[in-house]
Amino acid sequence: MNSRPWHHRESYTFDRNVIAEIRRAANTGIYRIRGWGAKRELPTFDDLVFLGASMSRYPLEGYREACATDLVIGEGRAERPVRLDIPITIAGMSFGSLSAQAKEALGRGATAAGTSTTTGDGGMTSEERGHSKTLVYQYLPSRYGMNPDDLRRADAIEVVVGQGAKPGGGGMLLGQKINERVAEMRTLPEGIDQRSACRHPDWTGPDDLTIKIIELREVVDWQVPIYVKVGAARPYYDTCLAIKAGADAVVVDGMQGGTAATQDVFIEHVGIPTIAAVPESVRALKELGVHREVKLIAAGGIRSGADVAKALALGADAVSLGTAALIAIGDNDPALDEQYRELGSAAGFWEDFQAGNDPAGITTQDPALASRLDPELAGRRLANYLQVLTLELQTLARANGKSHVHNLEPEDLAALTVEAAAMARVPLAGTDWIPGR
Amino acid sequence: MTVSIDLSEVSLRDFNKRLHETEEGHFVVRNPRGAHAVAVGITSKITVDVEGSVGYFCAGMNMSGTVRIDGNASTGLAENIMSGTVRITGNATMSAAATGHGGLVVIEGNAGARCGISMKGVDIVVGGNVGHMSAFMAQAGNLVVLGDADHDLGDSIYEAVVFVRGEVASLGSDCVEREMTPQHLETLSRLLAAAETSAEPSDFRVYGSARELYNFHVDDIDAAEAARRLP
Repeated sequence: MNSRPWHHRESYTFDRNVIAEIRRAANTGIYRIRGWGAKRELPTFDDLVFLGASMSRYPLEGYREACATDLVIGEGRAERPVRLDIPITIAGMSFGSLSAQAKEALGRGATAAGTSTTTGDGGMTSEERGHSKTLVYQYLPSRYGMNPDDLRRADAIEVVVGQGAKPGGGGMLLGQKINERVAEMRTLPEGIDQRSACRHPDWTGPDDLTIKIIELREVVDWQVPIYVKVGAARPYYDTCLAIKAGADAVVVDGMQGGTAATQDVFIEHVGIPTIAAVPESVRALKELGVHREVKLIAAGGIRSGADVAKALALGADAVSLGTAALIAIGDNDPALDEQYRELGSAAGFWEDFQAGNDPAGITTQDPALASRLDPELAGRRLANYLQVLTLELQTLARANGKSHVHNLEPEDLAALTVEAAAMARVPLAGTDWIPGR
Repeated sequence: MTVSIDLSEVSLRDFNKRLHETEEGHFVVRNPRGAHAVAVGITSKITVDVEGSVGYFCAGMNMSGTVRIDGNASTGLAENIMSGTVRITGNATMSAAATGHGGLVVIEGNAGARCGISMKGVDIVVGGNVGHMSAFMAQAGNLVVLGDADHDLGDSIYEAVVFVRGEVASLGSDCVEREMTPQHLETLSRLLAAAETSAEPSDFRVYGSARELYNFHVDDIDAAEAARRLP
């Protein structure tokens, strides 16, 4: 007998979250704006498993034999290609959305781990340049803080067409975070609710992008690689067009990708999951004969070495982390639970990156809050986390008999669900069936 | 010393690199033949005279240099200019001086759509007309139009100022006509002189932001209802 009385029966269609949102909308007259990424259940890399070695596949000695992780981006075109020790990079997150301390921590951690970090909407800060051995400069539609000297100081340039949290949308930074320094960097009045452009102001479409990439290369005398970042919308076509436009790397950001602030409806309802996007981009690279030459960086919801390994096995050359990196440096720290609760949330649930009152000192411009984050210690946390991901990645690669993590391949994978099998184009576990083939 | 560059003989890459490595001097560029990215990324007080029309992004990201084009320019003339001067005798198509942070851009002919889009401090003087959505999301700087402005001028404009002598087809969201102040007149006079035009500042009208889109409008009916219930 059901112990729950009928008058407490919750509607599947109108559950408590739905009711709360309707009430919030009715009270405020404005759509829900928040940070983080998609929170609803989506197909993920957890829906894939590695088969491992057995009679017909030989593993490498897990603790002894070498398993390389290095990566070069832009070789052949750029005078100074990007050389990374590990295929795990830090995604673009702006100063403005993040505190200067957080940006410094990301730079420190990435540098210690031998990888790159990335600027964001709002320009390059001295803190992140100074602490990042390899810094990718994002070239965004808003061009906030866009300075050609910073382009020349960068180790790579990433032309941002879109991001996974909001393909087709521009960035957003609410007034609480537009303090004097942020306003000056972005040439905006203090305290406004900044809504960034979603289209580049001086080019439209892939033919124009080709010329834009030439201009960027000319400005920096062909010194550094050019990436093109797209939200996972139509990854096959977008990757084809980015390759055609001359990109050295394509960053495909799935819908689990995070953001500092955007409309909840955008986060949850636009784009496709990372697991579905990567195979489409790889198909484009292979059909155009540039797989492993033009690099593919997969982003959106990457959390563990297993996620990294699976993305690489599907054909990506690297991954990029945003949300996970913030968690590593202290976001949603249980030690701050009481303070999160005072803000109406709790550790593990905090998503109001737009609010500027982050008790962890990460997604804030409040000097007092930001000073809570020790960039050196936070950087060490990130470096440790990246090391763990790398060790996990190598563990899985060795177990599948690979001496380089880029030797992982779809053949090493099986899917646990029909949906994952169809999206990732690997067989359903225990069968040789790939839906659609 | 004047250096003559023939772009039918010298590669764009070699030409731009040479500009980047030069601290001072005067370059005359022949046979541009509509090439893209001509004279981009200049960082010093050099002067470049381009004899003919150019393609996209000519003089893009200019810092300190003076670039004069005797012809027309395609999309993105002087985009993201930081300082210095870019002057063109003919017309410029879309997005001229887009996102420019500083410096002066003079277009003696007409400018196409979205002239001064997202401008961040650049001054632009257009001898003829500007296309639709010019000064779209313009953040800072001044756009001076001696001719007419097409539809949606200054849509979503921030703190940039637009001066128009001719007709304005329509204003974009949050763009309004302002009263011409002495400071406006002073700025306009300075820019007209810098552009070497003889237009009278008093013939212009000035437009700027109503600042009504700067922040979201958020209601709070719960608070109003709670207040109403108070004894």
